[in-house]
Amino acid sequence: MRKNLLQRAVLILSVTGICLYLTLIGYRRPTMKDFTSWSQVKTNLANNLKLGLDLKGGSQLLMQVRAEEVIAQVTTNNIEAAKTRLQKKGITVANASSSRPGQISVTISDAARAQEAETELRLDLDKQEWASSISGSTVTFTLNESAAEAIREQSVTQAMTIIENRINAFGVAEQSLQRYGRQNSYQILLQLPGVDDPERVKKTLVLESKLELRPTDSPFQTYPSLEEAQKAAAGKKDSEGNEFEPLPYDERGDDETEEAATPATPDPSKPAVYVLIAKKNVITGGDIRDALAIPADTSGKDYKINFRLKQAGAEKFKTWTGANIGKNLAIVLNNRVKSAPSIRSEISDSGEITGNFTKTSGEDLALVLRSGALPARVDYIEERTVGPSLGADSIRSGVLASVAGLIFIMIFMGIYYQFSGLNAIVSLVLNLIMLIAVLAMFGATLTLPGIAGIILTIGMAVDSNVLIFERIREELKLGKAVVSAVETGFAKAFITIIDTHVTTIVSSTFLFIFGTGPIRGFAITLIIGLLANLFTATFVSRTMFGYVLTRKERVTSLSI
Amino acid sequence: MVTRGFNLGVDFAGGSKATVRFKSDPSEDRIRVALEKVGIAGDKITLQRSGQRIGQGAPRHEMIVTVPDIPKDKIIEALEKHYPQAAPPAGLTNLNNGGAREIAIILLEKDPLSFRTNLPPGDAEKEYNRFAESVIRYRTSAPAGLITELNQIPVDGFDAKFREALPKFFYAGEFSLIGFENVGPQVGQDLQRRAVLVTLVSCLGMLVFIAFRFEWIYGVAAIVATLHDVIVTLGMFSLFQWEISLTFIAAILTLIGYSMNDTIVIFDRIRETLKVRRREDLVKVTNDALNQTLSRTIIASGLTFLSVVALLLFGGEVLKSFSLVLVIGILIGTYSSIAVASPIMIWWKRREEGQRQQQETEKKALKKKGAGESNAVKVESKTTAKSAPAR
Repeated sequence: MRKNLLQRAVLILSVTGICLYLTLIGYRRPTMKDFTSWSQVKTNLANNLKLGLDLKGGSQLLMQVRAEEVIAQVTTNNIEAAKTRLQKKGITVANASSSRPGQISVTISDAARAQEAETELRLDLDKQEWASSISGSTVTFTLNESAAEAIREQSVTQAMTIIENRINAFGVAEQSLQRYGRQNSYQILLQLPGVDDPERVKKTLVLESKLELRPTDSPFQTYPSLEEAQKAAAGKKDSEGNEFEPLPYDERGDDETEEAATPATPDPSKPAVYVLIAKKNVITGGDIRDALAIPADTSGKDYKINFRLKQAGAEKFKTWTGANIGKNLAIVLNNRVKSAPSIRSEISDSGEITGNFTKTSGEDLALVLRSGALPARVDYIEERTVGPSLGADSIRSGVLASVAGLIFIMIFMGIYYQFSGLNAIVSLVLNLIMLIAVLAMFGATLTLPGIAGIILTIGMAVDSNVLIFERIREELKLGKAVVSAVETGFAKAFITIIDTHVTTIVSSTFLFIFGTGPIRGFAITLIIGLLANLFTATFVSRTMFGYVLTRKERVTSLSI
Repeated sequence: MVTRGFNLGVDFAGGSKATVRFKSDPSEDRIRVALEKVGIAGDKITLQRSGQRIGQGAPRHEMIVTVPDIPKDKIIEALEKHYPQAAPPAGLTNLNNGGAREIAIILLEKDPLSFRTNLPPGDAEKEYNRFAESVIRYRTSAPAGLITELNQIPVDGFDAKFREALPKFFYAGEFSLIGFENVGPQVGQDLQRRAVLVTLVSCLGMLVFIAFRFEWIYGVAAIVATLHDVIVTLGMFSLFQWEISLTFIAAILTLIGYSMNDTIVIFDRIRETLKVRRREDLVKVTNDALNQTLSRTIIASGLTFLSVVALLLFGGEVLKSFSLVLVIGILIGTYSSIAVASPIMIWWKRREEGQRQQQETEKKALKKKGAGESNAVKVESKTTAKSAPAR
């Protein structure tokens, strides 16, 4: 028995040691300072135990990717491609349209060539993804659900990559970006610890960056109203047969600092000026390799954006500028014309966007151009900001309340169960140390619901001890000897403890699997706490009793 | 619950909730007027005082503002322009709102200490960032919880000229927005549905486990008793129209765990006693088991109850709804494990026995009897539980 006890004690002490080490020092070699300076101990604890945003302070943004828009985009693109392809083959298209995203109907004039048209269109539309049917002169392609789902999923992944790139530019430490919610909810959760004013981040993240370089009408002129511009655009075609559309023109000299930050919200106080822009673009934002905001003049107030093009874009750009010297090329950002410089010579791979940018708005736009456009619109559906002082308050009151509760429990246990109460206190404290150590070990974050889990853990840990002690008291009352009373008490209470703990662990596991953020935080702390308690309440407490009982040859009384 | 409904917080109903800290005791009427001026309907504004808590030195003046779905900027705008009727100094930035980055950008643009010309490139930004961060640090730790006077901002380690330069670009506004939540209506509904669903699934998990360890009727009885606690607690929240927030869910889950624990302890004892005294009457066995575990029930519940009361007293605003659930829940939970779970189990067992004995009698008669008996048992066991002597 004695040897056995020694082994148990060594095990308990080493577990305690490891737990304390992990909590107070972490995965590194300790220095002298770790033990001597109280502030160092505090810092270590703060470093090892990750706190959630609700405790530490920071911002959390939940974004919804409009994945359905991507399907619509894919459909439109394919309709355009289909028209071109059939025209090249000499098949006349009477009508090409889509009744819903993911469906393309092409009606050709000559019903006899429907089969030929189908074969031709198959070159663009993969058999695995698009099912086709021919009825009369109409060929219909339908995107199957699994392919559509793959496209939506990909749009979310793509959006995440782009958002991540944009965030990185802000230099936020330890931001986390993750998929959120159910499989088909297309939500992204962004957490920014320490950021208590996410406005600028927010604006930049969903800033659309649809940049196109498109030809203007020639000679280039402005129209004072939309109606006049529309009138002029009607029926007008350029040498390549492209139609024109009127777009608002932000003339140079206007104050556009706000414009860059909040796109697509024209200032109603200023009368809009319209220009005619070809519907077909020369190059798009996707052709941009690099973009940089640089001062436009020596004053340092005005910024412009220099961009360089990728290989393919540069070639297209070179061909077009070479053929159109003297004409104007419009730089269209989010369907607003930013500037329309005239082409003086053949340009191959670079250009600039001017328009009274400030340093901040210029840098933000350059960043957006560099990282590419989002595949679909992204909406903010939830925002939570906890200021650092509010978080500090929560920690302070949480700790104060827990310590007050704990002290109360300890005093009661000490008085009511005397020596055995001390035993219970030791197991309780060890339980908490183990809980925190395991959280630190796995890098799990402690949130407010997590504190709820800790409170339930404390409640059940105290309950386990009370169960055992009351059972021992009962056995003693029945007149059993101390040693056997302790043994029976533990044995009988053990079954109950297992039942209660496993029941709660089972339900917590379900909570963890199916729950969302806060519920999972609760579940994981509770599971760890209860597992630790199974160890402390039965094994540790039992060993301590064992030590007391084996010290004397014959035990006649027990302080309980 | 049906007629009054619930006072759903922003988390579930959607909307915006801002925690605003003021320099001096805020006037509710004036906040309301300020918010109405930016176009928020007066009847949609909820104001709630907070920030008074035990164990904290200086009192803080906080107000929780709940309004329909509107962005943070609008709340700041309302309070900045319309709250202390005097307009803020033109062109100056409120140091009590916004983050370090914003302050640093303004400093960098205005360059009061001409760092941009005197320091190597990049260093100016670094210096201003460092100062801006120290301002935020001061704001967080100041006794009032926000900056009351600009000249209180410590400039140690920085050029003393900062002190002269600050009032040129900044002012210490009347208020500071220290927390903000904005939840879309869709998210709230989704959260609500999922919270209920996940709770039910976890209850099912417990039911299966208890059925496996005991008998299935024990599981049903335990779940019914637990749901009883949840419903009563929900009823209380509905009756007093206390706000239901996200922490409420965590609290309900804690309550379920707690109540279940209590019930299983008693069931365990019944099972154990039944093994030894197989022949005895179930009611007697149950009653004995209840009595034997009563001291444990009282000590454990009492201790948890008192530590939850500590949480209610010291826990502050954030933990308030959480601790309130548990204070109510533990009282109800203790009662229900004794007076709801066991009677259900006994009633069923009796019914089963009755069925076996009177298999030949008509179904009608059987039903009547079962129902009558069940009532009797319920009353009996309730009284025994209440009058049972404490040890």
